[in-house]
Amino acid sequence: MKIALSLAALVALALAPFGVSDYGLGLLIGAVTYVTLASGWAVFSGHTRYVSLATVAFYGTGAYTVAVLNEAMPYWLVLIVAGLIGAAIALVVGLSTLRLAGVYFVIFTFGLSELVRQLITWYEVNVTGTLGRYIFLDVSAREIYWQMLALGAATIALTAWIQRHRLGLALRVIGDDEVVAAHSGIPLARTKLTAFVLSATILTLAGAIASPRWVYVEPSIVFNPTVSFLTVIMALLGGANRLWGPVLGAVPLFLAFEWLSARFPDTYPIFLGLLFILVVFALPDGILAGLERLKTRKTEDRA
Amino acid sequence: MTNFSRRAALRAIALWTAASTLIGGPALAEGDKVRIGYAVARTGANATGAGITTIPNYELWVKTVNAAGGLKMPDGSQRMIEVVEYDNRSSNEDLVRSIERLASQDKVDLILPPWGTGPNLAVAPLFDRFGYPQLAVTAVTDKAPDFVKRWKRSFWLLGGGHDYAEGLVDVLKAARDAGTINNKIAAVSVADGFGIDLISGARPAFKQAGFDLVYDKSYPLGTSDFSAILSEAKASGADSFVAFSYPPGSFGMTKTAQSMGFNPKVFYLSVGGAFPIYPGIADGKAEGVMAIGGVNADSPAMQEYFARHTKEIGNPPDSWASAITYASLQMLEQAVARVGLDHEALANELSTGSFDTVIGTVKLEDNQLRDLWWVGQWQGGAFRAIDPADKPGASAPIIPKPAW
Repeated sequence: MKIALSLAALVALALAPFGVSDYGLGLLIGAVTYVTLASGWAVFSGHTRYVSLATVAFYGTGAYTVAVLNEAMPYWLVLIVAGLIGAAIALVVGLSTLRLAGVYFVIFTFGLSELVRQLITWYEVNVTGTLGRYIFLDVSAREIYWQMLALGAATIALTAWIQRHRLGLALRVIGDDEVVAAHSGIPLARTKLTAFVLSATILTLAGAIASPRWVYVEPSIVFNPTVSFLTVIMALLGGANRLWGPVLGAVPLFLAFEWLSARFPDTYPIFLGLLFILVVFALPDGILAGLERLKTRKTEDRA
Repeated sequence: MTNFSRRAALRAIALWTAASTLIGGPALAEGDKVRIGYAVARTGANATGAGITTIPNYELWVKTVNAAGGLKMPDGSQRMIEVVEYDNRSSNEDLVRSIERLASQDKVDLILPPWGTGPNLAVAPLFDRFGYPQLAVTAVTDKAPDFVKRWKRSFWLLGGGHDYAEGLVDVLKAARDAGTINNKIAAVSVADGFGIDLISGARPAFKQAGFDLVYDKSYPLGTSDFSAILSEAKASGADSFVAFSYPPGSFGMTKTAQSMGFNPKVFYLSVGGAFPIYPGIADGKAEGVMAIGGVNADSPAMQEYFARHTKEIGNPPDSWASAITYASLQMLEQAVARVGLDHEALANELSTGSFDTVIGTVKLEDNQLRDLWWVGQWQGGAFRAIDPADKPGASAPIIPKPAW
């Protein structure tokens, strides 16, 4: 029943571009992109509670891969290569850093985005001698939307599968207490690494799919740290460890920001900051968990 | 928890619908107003540039036109301008969506471009698809001739990196041939699209002119300590110091050069050098500093523009892209007065017509403005254009620059 409902929603969303204006389609793309990013982020961070700010490192890498390869090979191959590059980076980075925990991990992942950006800049400046790259791909907005929708749906399906699987259970235990997890025989490194690589691959693909809309790409454009922060706050707002949490966080926030950018163009960062504080203090586990708590309290009151 | 997922989905859909009706309300009724839209960076990395060059000129122009009774139409009537503005948050994804919104939702009559090379390129396919003419001012690109072929209604008004590099070489060559400076140049460049474009245009131009590039370093965007770079440049023995820099770097290098007593005969900066705040940054010792851009400071139209900008906006414009931004709006205004708001006729008129603006009479060549100033210099408190030296209005360069 639940699966049928989700599938029906997916079909409706897939047909949506036929009934909306170009701007409506732009909104759909934006919303679905952030749903994908937040859900993809939550694949690793949701259960382990490792707050990663490396989203844009992978997202940007995906976009850059398309910019570099779009004239050299067919589009679908570029996407595959982008996914592989994202996975490879995550593997290397994960192997060396997943023993970091808490704030050290947060800082490291933030640094990772800068590192990737500076590496690409250094390479372009010293080796190729030009910095901007062009993406002249004939991919329409509709095609971008469908690709992103497919990726988003796949991510949510993957999350649902993981949650019912050993991997999800293991991740949850790790999130609760790593020492306990280690003592109960959960292979810490392998579990974390698997989730990290899966998550990174999704984020990289999202960047690759979105990039044809930008035409011109340079490191300062694609490695925009706001993307990382938005992703975190969206996932946390909805509830990062719930299947539909990231969706519930991403869609309203995305629409709220869109509205703000038109009504209060100067105050958007203030609002973002306030929201961060609000989420951390008032809804540390997200809206879904908050509602649940409210419900239990009511039931208890009645009892 | 499982109960909640379905409810959550339902709620999400409800929220989505509610929010989209809220946002995508019906387009405002078309009155006798001309609706002009733009999506500029109010926040984020591009906000500084947009806030200095683009937004003040858009606002000044709308104010001036409306104060005069509105935009003139071919039939002699006048229509007031109504602005629809969005913040693109310095993100190309948001920018693209805002342009889609202006074109397909708000259905504005005209769209003004965003600030920056990357943003202008990101919106070019959309302007093209929706048929709007795009007067890209703040985009320095050597590829403009290709873009004009790709996007027929795009116009590129600020030249390319090579133009500025070659203009600088002209100035240096004349000084060297006159025996004022030696044959050595020390150049630094910011590792960013703009800095890289300029240095890669300058290297062959220096070489061709017989200069010896004795120091050539790039520094990352965001560098704040320039003492090492400047000591090395000083030690290189070059009379000319060239920086292809962005505002924070331009300002930082000025301060550092002053504090370490680095007094090259030519001190050239890029973006920021022509900002009205520069003499203040240089502690009142800007005399002789060269930078990218320049204006004909003696032209009455330019003086009137500076005075009006200062009065309405509260500070003078920068002496590079500001005047050109304003001129692009005057072109649009005059083109509308001749052919009306039809996009095809408008693009055609912009491409072939000639216009009377604050930078003089403008006529585009192959949809590009080529009649530009490449190098300017602070002289007597004004930033004056010095190259091309044979262009009417050019001032003679002061070389060597007086010591700080």
